[in-house]
Amino acid sequence: MSGAPAPRPTSAGTPPAPAIAAAQPRRGARIDWGRLAMIGVPYGWLIVLFAFPFVLVLKLSLSDRALAVPPFRPLIEWERGLEGILDFLAALDLESYTGRLIQNPIYGEALANSLGIASIATLILLLVGYPIAYAMARAPRDWRPWLVMAVILPFWTSFLIRVYAWVGILQPDGLLNAGLGALGLVDPAAPPRILFTDTAVIIGIVYAYLPFMVLPLYASLERMDHTLLEAAADLGCPPWKSFWLVTVPISLPGVFAGALLCFIPIMGEFVIPDLLGGPDTLMIGRTIWVEFFANRNWPVASAVAVVLLVLLIVPILLFQRAQERGLGAHR
Amino acid sequence: MKADRAKRTGMGNWTRRLALAAGAAASLALVASCGQQQGGAAAADAPVNIFNWSDYIDPESLEQFTRETGRPINYETFDNNEMVETRLLPGQSGIDLAVPSTYVAHRLIQAGALQPFDRTQLSNIGNLWPELVQRIESIDPGLRHVVPYMWGTVGIGMDRAKVAQRLPGVDLNSWAVVFDPANLARLSDCGVVFLDSPEDMIPLVMFYLGDDPNSTDPAVVDRAVQHLMKLRPHITRIHSSEGINLLAGGTACIAVGYSGDMLQAGLRAAETAAANPAFTTTVEYVLPREGSQLWFDVFVMPKDAPNPEGAHQFVNFMLRPEVIARSSNYVQYANANQASKALLDPAVRDNPNIYPPEDVMARLYVNAPKEAAFLQRLNDAWARVRTGT
Repeated sequence: MSGAPAPRPTSAGTPPAPAIAAAQPRRGARIDWGRLAMIGVPYGWLIVLFAFPFVLVLKLSLSDRALAVPPFRPLIEWERGLEGILDFLAALDLESYTGRLIQNPIYGEALANSLGIASIATLILLLVGYPIAYAMARAPRDWRPWLVMAVILPFWTSFLIRVYAWVGILQPDGLLNAGLGALGLVDPAAPPRILFTDTAVIIGIVYAYLPFMVLPLYASLERMDHTLLEAAADLGCPPWKSFWLVTVPISLPGVFAGALLCFIPIMGEFVIPDLLGGPDTLMIGRTIWVEFFANRNWPVASAVAVVLLVLLIVPILLFQRAQERGLGAHR
Repeated sequence: MKADRAKRTGMGNWTRRLALAAGAAASLALVASCGQQQGGAAAADAPVNIFNWSDYIDPESLEQFTRETGRPINYETFDNNEMVETRLLPGQSGIDLAVPSTYVAHRLIQAGALQPFDRTQLSNIGNLWPELVQRIESIDPGLRHVVPYMWGTVGIGMDRAKVAQRLPGVDLNSWAVVFDPANLARLSDCGVVFLDSPEDMIPLVMFYLGDDPNSTDPAVVDRAVQHLMKLRPHITRIHSSEGINLLAGGTACIAVGYSGDMLQAGLRAAETAAANPAFTTTVEYVLPREGSQLWFDVFVMPKDAPNPEGAHQFVNFMLRPEVIARSSNYVQYANANQASKALLDPAVRDNPNIYPPEDVMARLYVNAPKEAAFLQRLNDAWARVRTGT
């Protein structure tokens, strides 16, 4: 353990690199293409892979369904030029949002259910993931790459096979009940039904998402300066208290990152509830599937997706603010 | 075996959904910018792009077709009707032939997504079974846009020993086994699977209750939904493609499903039992004596099919009695080709659950095409049935 604290990035406080400073004041504004390209790559990525698809989905959510190819109206009539585009814009409306989405309680229920499952699963992930990450961060330095490897290793098997394996484990005469029965915890004659319930979904989700919780936690715990704990001990702080007052606050950015990395995709999870859930496991991913495939109502399916996205932006913004505050406090 | 199946169908699903999303976005841009493209004349060795149900053809036939015509085949599969409909509706699917069920074909015709077949290119069309084919006139008068492929029924797949043990003295060849709540309650502990398909399940319950399965009367539909609500607490799984696995693996002892699926579950359970003497699960398909739904899967050709000539060649090839007979033997589904009957395995032809006797045939109904608004009612009601509230 080196005693020196890890160097922190100091981009905000230091003066800009001399090369850039020299290039700027010359006559006129000369464009720094290299810099532009550097900035352009992530922005280009976001525009092509996030903004553009989102605009398409938003546009679709404002259209009306139709029994035609493609199954929605209106379409932009490019050959009519500006007029065609204006006509197209005029024909868009909010019906998808104000109609089924509000009148049919199933969407609200699906959303509440998804929120519930995602919250419970994220909480369990945190409770399970934190000790794992903590143990990894406190393990001898030589071991750590192997431990990280062990966390990542399951990704080498197909996600679907890993989830499907839980069907075998959780079924009434499966491994779990056999194990619990051998320990005398359940009655082997009438084993409890776990498969095809919300419990099975949460077990599957916790299993599948655990690496996404452990890795950010590990990243923040591993960087921690352990002399802080020594200082706390020197000052008479018992270990549990220094854990609570020193380790936990320092790891908070990792907690937030892990929680969001899990919570957001779990909200829209479709495969795990489909394979492990019961008929009454109602999650928002399923309602989008039904609208899209069974009702062929692409506008309403898109509207549900837009609402989900807007709802998820709130925790993301909260996280960003928490992170900024966290960085500010450390400086 | 199970994991293997899951891998195949499940992963296929995923990649297909992704591809679908990407395809939808791409085709949207294409349709908007350069207008509709018509499939032009294709080269004599241009591939035929076929989109069929998984496990629904004798793979040897595909090779034979390529040997005979010099045309390669791009073969893709799906495992539910919604998938094929959503793939074809945006246009520009790149598919020459798809094999949806008739009610989906009907909607595709209405949406203007299909082109008619040119009968002069189908020299073997006379092999079709007239009385059977006439039942799908209602969805496509004159059968201009569709050529029937396989057909089957909806019925019950069951592990007879487990069911009989729980329902002593009950006639197991009746819908009452699964649709009488008192019976179903006693089966719940060994696993009950229903199809996740409101268009199949709700009319079936209407039929069981003595109503017209094609009624659009809200009171009749409500009665069926109320009845399903009574059954709901005893259903362990509502899924369209998992029934095979759950029955064959012994996780479920009874399922409402498509004839071929249930028969395949039986074959698979027998394979497992042959390898493992301790495995006692058996699955058999029962077509209830009251009658049931008769469904057809049909070849359709999208309006913008890139290779219509190859599509006609393939359909004509599959209309040959010996070719379609091989596929029927392989997938355990009845085909609509009268001339092939003589060439079928006796085990398939003489199985009353595959080729039902005439009196049962007379009690089979065909799902009529439904309006979008009515369909949405069914889907909404089904969502309530699923959640049980």
